[in-house]
Amino acid sequence: MPTLNIMILVALLYVALLFAVAFAADRAAAMGRGRWLRSPWVYTLSLSIYCTAWTYYGAVGFAARSGLEYVTIYLGPTLVMIGWWWTLRKMVRVGRSQRITSIADLISSRFGKSNALAVFVTLVALLATTPYIALQLQSVTLSVAAFADADPTRDTAINQQSTAFWVAAGMALFAILFGTRNLDANERHHGIVMAIAVEAVVKLFALLAVGVFVVWGLSGGVTETLARIDKSAISHFEVSGGRWVGLTLLSAAAFLCLPRMFQVMVVENEEERHLRTASWAFPAYLMLMSLFVVPIAAVGLDLSPEGANPDLFVLTLPLMGGQEGLAILSFLGGFSSATSMVIVAAIAVSTMVSNHVVMPVWLWLTGGAAVMSGDVRLVAMRARRIAIAITLFLGYLYFQLSGGGAALAAIGLIAFVGVAQFLPPLLGGLFWRGGNRKGALAGLSVGFAIWLYCLFLPSFGASFLMPQSLLENGPFGLAWLRPQALFAPATMDPVVHAFLWSVSFNTLAFVVVSIFSFPKPVERLQGAQFVNVFDHSNPTAGWTGGLVQSEDLLIMTQRIMGAQEAQALFAAAAQEQGIAGYLPEPTPDFLVTLERALAGSVGAATAHAMIGQIVGGASVSVQDLLAVADETAQIMEYSSQLEAKTREQERTARQLRQVNEKLTQISVQKDAFLSQISHELRTPMTSIRAFSEILRDTDGLSAKEQDKYASIIHDEAIRLTRLLDDLLDLSVLENAQVMLNPQQGTLETVIDRALISSGLSEMAVKIIRRREQEAFVLHTDLDRLSQVFINLMSNAAKYCSAAQPALDIRARQEADHLIVDFIDNGAGIPADQQGTIFEKFSRVSDTKAGGAGLGLAICREIMTRLGGSITYLPGQQGAAFRVIIPRALAGHAAAAAH
Amino acid sequence: MSLDIRPLFVARRTYRHRRMADAARLLPILGAGLFLLPLLWRSGETPDAPGLSTVAVMIYLFAAWIFLAGVAGVISRRLPETEDESPRDPET
Repeated sequence: MPTLNIMILVALLYVALLFAVAFAADRAAAMGRGRWLRSPWVYTLSLSIYCTAWTYYGAVGFAARSGLEYVTIYLGPTLVMIGWWWTLRKMVRVGRSQRITSIADLISSRFGKSNALAVFVTLVALLATTPYIALQLQSVTLSVAAFADADPTRDTAINQQSTAFWVAAGMALFAILFGTRNLDANERHHGIVMAIAVEAVVKLFALLAVGVFVVWGLSGGVTETLARIDKSAISHFEVSGGRWVGLTLLSAAAFLCLPRMFQVMVVENEEERHLRTASWAFPAYLMLMSLFVVPIAAVGLDLSPEGANPDLFVLTLPLMGGQEGLAILSFLGGFSSATSMVIVAAIAVSTMVSNHVVMPVWLWLTGGAAVMSGDVRLVAMRARRIAIAITLFLGYLYFQLSGGGAALAAIGLIAFVGVAQFLPPLLGGLFWRGGNRKGALAGLSVGFAIWLYCLFLPSFGASFLMPQSLLENGPFGLAWLRPQALFAPATMDPVVHAFLWSVSFNTLAFVVVSIFSFPKPVERLQGAQFVNVFDHSNPTAGWTGGLVQSEDLLIMTQRIMGAQEAQALFAAAAQEQGIAGYLPEPTPDFLVTLERALAGSVGAATAHAMIGQIVGGASVSVQDLLAVADETAQIMEYSSQLEAKTREQERTARQLRQVNEKLTQISVQKDAFLSQISHELRTPMTSIRAFSEILRDTDGLSAKEQDKYASIIHDEAIRLTRLLDDLLDLSVLENAQVMLNPQQGTLETVIDRALISSGLSEMAVKIIRRREQEAFVLHTDLDRLSQVFINLMSNAAKYCSAAQPALDIRARQEADHLIVDFIDNGAGIPADQQGTIFEKFSRVSDTKAGGAGLGLAICREIMTRLGGSITYLPGQQGAAFRVIIPRALAGHAAAAAH
Repeated sequence: MSLDIRPLFVARRTYRHRRMADAARLLPILGAGLFLLPLLWRSGETPDAPGLSTVAVMIYLFAAWIFLAGVAGVISRRLPETEDESPRDPET
């Protein structure tokens, strides 16, 4: 039977079918028809690239060797998926809001868009992917060999090395055709994802078919199969606790950190809600994938000849049972597992290599010169294709170096531990704002070194890199540094050992260095955006504009699209924004448009990387951020100055308002004063006019009458004169035009003079004086002071209502001034009028109108001029006024000291 | 940082959503417990009479697996469609 040839033919047809599916999906997506492409089921199925050929073939071998232990490889991802609310949700949200293109991008972006970190992660990913590729090569090679062995028409044994090489070459071609033929926006590959989904169905169907065949075809039913398991070498649950826990944790870590898982889970994620479906559907898928593993292993162990490779039971059991169709289906399942993994892993790694290594180097090399260049797209494509080819070649090399004989699962676990090094910076970056770039670099370096030393290098067996003596005795004979028994004399499982120490020291270095170093501003900004992604992000966040300078963008775009096209694009955008010229505002909308335009030339990922990392991100963002910070500081300073000025202006305005109020008040006072004055002037004028008319017009007035009227006219004229004198006096005083005439004299003489001038001594007012208290020497304007005294005295004479009027004059000396009280024994001044008696024209009562009501106003003005005061003193027997006189006028203090 | 003005008590619907989010958080812990449980059953084994059969553990594990997937399905259906009102992570 030409089984091998049929198998090869079917495999080629299958590849063609996948190509058609991918092509159709890409076309549908491009034409906007592919609604079914965005189904959560496609997303869930695409996650199945976790189940590689290792899982497909190797799980049975694993189970045949260690019983149920194989299931830990699925339990870890199951726990991660059902715990999606913790981690995956955040990863996907961050990935979408930050437009992450790979796990290297995520880690570098989180820690300040550090390119060094991205390069480091890329290298680790490349090294960890290598064994995995080797694994797929080996599985396909072995399965082809198994077919060849079972084919009686072939007499020569198949050359495994050449098979591996041609399979690798074929896969490289496959990955290049699928992975770089179409770069959709946001680095999504609808064709690839669809092909993977189909392959996921094929491999699940194939494995279930083999399982059904084994259970019901070979064993004869469920009960018989279970009995067979009980009789087999793996009948008892004898796993080591350390390996059970360690491998579960390891597979959970790898599920989060594997570059290819990140690619399908985060980068290719269409909508966040797809995670909901995947959260239960993917665990169910894993459960089905592992359902028949133990039965197949047990039956295989029972039926196969001694020394058969248990890794191939999935293939050899149908062949033994004569089911060639099923065998070919089974081969297709394994082939699907291998190809989907290799395609996605190669795409993921090549994206990292081209975005983080090749493009920055290329732009740096050509940055100054290449103003017009249309070959950026070609460079990106070529970088990716070469990266894919190199990745696969390295896988082939690893396959050759490791001899191809090691158990499949062991190689897979080595890769798992390698990528698990990303876990501390990944989780630390998502949940701990304190984590920083130095910490991540330190942790990754330490973890990577331990991985190399403890697991990767020893996996080749004793070689020139790791001689047997080193493996057995440790470096320099230090037994506690033996690669596979660090710090532990007891033998530990090498994988769990390496996982434990590498991730522990990785975490420790990450935490300690982060705590004791200080992050750059960008790191802190990114840290806040990542950790608090649910607080301030929407699921479809675009670019945040403003940080990127339009001119830088134009320069970069010219470099990629050519000067004319770039300028046309920018001018159109500027016109749309209503700006003349070539530099539109870098609004989020414009940046998205620009990114799409660039994607047409260089592919979405590179365009994104260029705007995000080369121009807008890695190098510029720091400076921009600092510039913005500076600007902000300047603005704040400026605004505080403005604020100060505003406060000053407010103060001025307040003062102006006060002055204005005062002016208004004064104006009102002036009006009142004028109306008062005209009233005061008119009263005597009226009587003068009336009596002078009588004198002129009335005949036959007696001499007595004439005399009487003339004297009235005279009195009124005197009164008018006095009023005018007072007004003039007050006006002079108020306008500070008065010239003071300082003299020296005692208080006693001033009071004496005032008593004589007021004529009080001639009246029936009893004056009470204590002359011994009045012997103070004053240096002031004595005439003005006596004017005040006269006024007070005549007031007492005029208004005192007592039957026996008396005026008590008391004087006493304070520190630098004299106090003279004038207290009469009258009724005093009513409390409600005490406040107004010093105002102009205020009179206590109209009944005894003796003056115009200017006297006390004049007194107050005089005392103010003399530097003293006059106040009403309430609570005495009658009206009481207190006059406070400084010993000397201001500026004459020296004279007073004599 | 900013003033936290989230209300202390919320409407019944929001309350249910939050409890579902709690359930989603706790489910992996339950799952880990279930998956680690078989390790405890080994305690009585001796080299002569290894106690636990693979079949028993296998049936238990797959039952637990189906149970977890089912519960995860129920929870994911009941979680709020828009996650904006979900409570912030406790440490932020």
